[in-house]
Amino acid sequence: MDTDRIVQAVAAATGEVFSTMLATEAVLGEPYTERMPNVSDGVVAFIGLAGKWTGTGMISCPPSLACRLASQLLMTEYPPGGEAVSEDVLDAVAEIANMIVGNVKNLLEEELGPMGMSIPTVIFGRNFTTRSVGQGDWVVVPFDCEGEKLEVRVCLAPAREPAPVRHGFQAPDYVELR
Amino acid sequence: MPLDVLIVDDSAAIRKILQRVLRQADVDVGQVYEAGDGLEALETLKKHKVHLVLADVNMPNMNGLQLLAQIKANAEWASLPVIMVTTEGSQSKVMEAAQLGAAGYIRKPFSAEQIKDKLANLF
Repeated sequence: MDTDRIVQAVAAATGEVFSTMLATEAVLGEPYTERMPNVSDGVVAFIGLAGKWTGTGMISCPPSLACRLASQLLMTEYPPGGEAVSEDVLDAVAEIANMIVGNVKNLLEEELGPMGMSIPTVIFGRNFTTRSVGQGDWVVVPFDCEGEKLEVRVCLAPAREPAPVRHGFQAPDYVELR
Repeated sequence: MPLDVLIVDDSAAIRKILQRVLRQADVDVGQVYEAGDGLEALETLKKHKVHLVLADVNMPNMNGLQLLAQIKANAEWASLPVIMVTTEGSQSKVMEAAQLGAAGYIRKPFSAEQIKDKLANLF
């Protein structure tokens, strides 16, 4: 999958969500790729994608930006600061991820075929480690939102075919047959 | 007569936004009920008579298309307009919703005007 095509889809989807639902601007930064998602703090929402191509879409941002985006989306004040991020804020970030990743999926389906989407999962914390067992690199598309950074990550790879059934395969010695 | 509405979405954020948009629309909105998935929506419909359902597609337990099929298969609810409000934009899903009898299909992100226009066309 062409990295530029993913960046294009992420930029279009994020721009549309920000202008339509958040009444604010997300300025596209310099995209890059990474082997593992380098995210260890803040609010992270991710969504699984599955079809002939499979992978994950993820958005991450600092808690202060999460509160600001939730305030914009829900037209209710969620002041940043303090240790906690409220459930409303996490739910809002999950929905923003759902709309961005969903629209990236819609744009990429023209080339990659139909894909299903999981329900979003959202995490808030500090000093966590992120691991990915996927095969492909992550495309990272950063956005500047009035001085704070929102990152959208997408990792997509062709789905592995299930291993063919080998009839008459000799059971290994260590398998006890009864 | 005020319009009683059922909003079905697993996201509390979207339920809240749709409530707000409905209150701003040029229709007299009465009671607004909420459900987090298709199963909860069916339970709500058994207890309350509504005039419109706004439903997401991707939801746990019972998705919006399964809910739509159940509503249209029930003689009591078959004429109830159901508008799908969803991120799911694939042509196959839009076609499936239309074949099942959806009264409209609004893709997220949506503007308040899109919802208002759809309501104005229906009521």
